[in-house]
Amino acid sequence: MNLDELAGKSGEWLKGVGPDSDIVVSSRIRLARNLADYPFVGKATDLDRAEIEKSLRKNVLDTNQQAGLSYLNVNELDSLGRQFLVERQLISREHADSEGARGVAIDTGERMSLMINEEDHLRIQVMHSGFDLDAAWERINSIDDRLEEKISYAFDARLGYLTACPTNVGTGIRVSVMLHLPALVITRQIEKVFRSLHKISLAVRGLYGEGSQAMGDFYQISNQITLGKSEEELIKQVADVVPVLIDYERRARDFLQREGHENLHDRVSRAYGILSTAQTISSEETMHLLSSIRMGVELRLLPELAMGQVNELFIQTQPAHLQKISGKVLDTADRNIARATFLRHHLGRDNTRGQHEEN
Amino acid sequence: MATFHITELAEGKPHEVHLCKDHAHAYLQHEEDTPAQSPNLAGVLAHQLAVGQTAEDLSKLDQQSCPVCGITFYEFRSQGRFGCPHDYTCFTSELEQLLLNIHGATDHVGKCPKRSPGLVARQTEMIRLRREMKDAVAQEQYERASELRDEIRQIENEASGE
Ligand SMILES: [Zn+2]
Repeated sequence: MNLDELAGKSGEWLKGVGPDSDIVVSSRIRLARNLADYPFVGKATDLDRAEIEKSLRKNVLDTNQQAGLSYLNVNELDSLGRQFLVERQLISREHADSEGARGVAIDTGERMSLMINEEDHLRIQVMHSGFDLDAAWERINSIDDRLEEKISYAFDARLGYLTACPTNVGTGIRVSVMLHLPALVITRQIEKVFRSLHKISLAVRGLYGEGSQAMGDFYQISNQITLGKSEEELIKQVADVVPVLIDYERRARDFLQREGHENLHDRVSRAYGILSTAQTISSEETMHLLSSIRMGVELRLLPELAMGQVNELFIQTQPAHLQKISGKVLDTADRNIARATFLRHHLGRDNTRGQHEEN
Repeated sequence: MATFHITELAEGKPHEVHLCKDHAHAYLQHEEDTPAQSPNLAGVLAHQLAVGQTAEDLSKLDQQSCPVCGITFYEFRSQGRFGCPHDYTCFTSELEQLLLNIHGATDHVGKCPKRSPGLVARQTEMIRLRREMKDAVAQEQYERASELRDEIRQIENEASGE
């Protein structure tokens, strides 16, 4: 798998298709698993880690031949390559930043990624576009079943799958749905929604796992507990609140259109104006303005843009992506220029010069 | 621009958004104003250990270690990560309350591997055997090391012959 080639395209989960994909960007499930006959990663010797990686790598590739997996040795990637995978949500920040033998297997559509020697020996992740948890569960469950025929997972009859951290023990499952909720942010209702989610033990994080101030108004809702409920129950717990959140966001958008259509249209148009003409722009401002554009696309205020195209811009304007696309290492100031150039090119205002311009 | 309240939109429903209050967990309620994170394990544990423990009890507990991987309870509670699967057995009395605090439950419900748990437990023994073998080699006790190696092979064969 060539990372430079990946940079210009995007994973299936960003395509902006699938149920309720105007508000739900993606549905993701991950399972934490460990081998029974090795210490957890924190207590593993270098030799243990190397053996765990070798064994899991072989079994992961053998049991998923039809998926066309590519294996990346994360330990051998440079920091730009690792950051690039984090931006694409294919590995966690922890996996990028740690040390020693570790890797990740990824399918061509980037719907599945299997991280080896992260916090647990194996973290299986499946990501689908839109609100589609059932399909994600079906896929990840069968990946897990096939692996289980080949390897012995650390498992206890009473406690379930044993994980390095007791917060993941039992099912080892984390179910996350990523939603784009700009209207709830504008109308200042988002905190209230979060408080009620916390009460039912659901966690809320930003696009890259950050705290309450989420970049681009993207929020990931996920289960907090993993023990004492079945996988299906935990999935349902997350799935049950998603339609409620979608409904709130839609009502907030209706409200904004009804009460202040000119203001909303103005906001979207200004965002488009800045992004399609700026000469230098920060990542933060880009995310903020792209959020308005994404909402504008859904409300048909920007008929020339497609949802998938806007989703891609969120990822492709991240620092490591810009550097991969430019083919060189860029400092912050140069990245801001490259980002503005990239955005002008992709938002259609550079058409007269676009063909000749580097991006 | 006029203000917008979710409560105004939820026709005929009571104030505040209660998405599914049946599932409420007591321990999260007093954290409702902080951004949602995985429950802070060190915090939960520190709070739990502070209740009804003398400093002496705690330091005794801290020195307890796992015979399989060697992790001490102190290491576990400062890092929030276990060293091996056996730690769930070896620190079981402290773990019980911790699991209740985190998950509100102590027993797994859901998917189970098809392999026999007995064999899996025996495989966990390999962690101790490999560690002892490494120590035996380091101390030049080669006879002991080769005994251990035979034992490891035997378990490996049992596992693959399943
Ligand atoms: Zn141990």
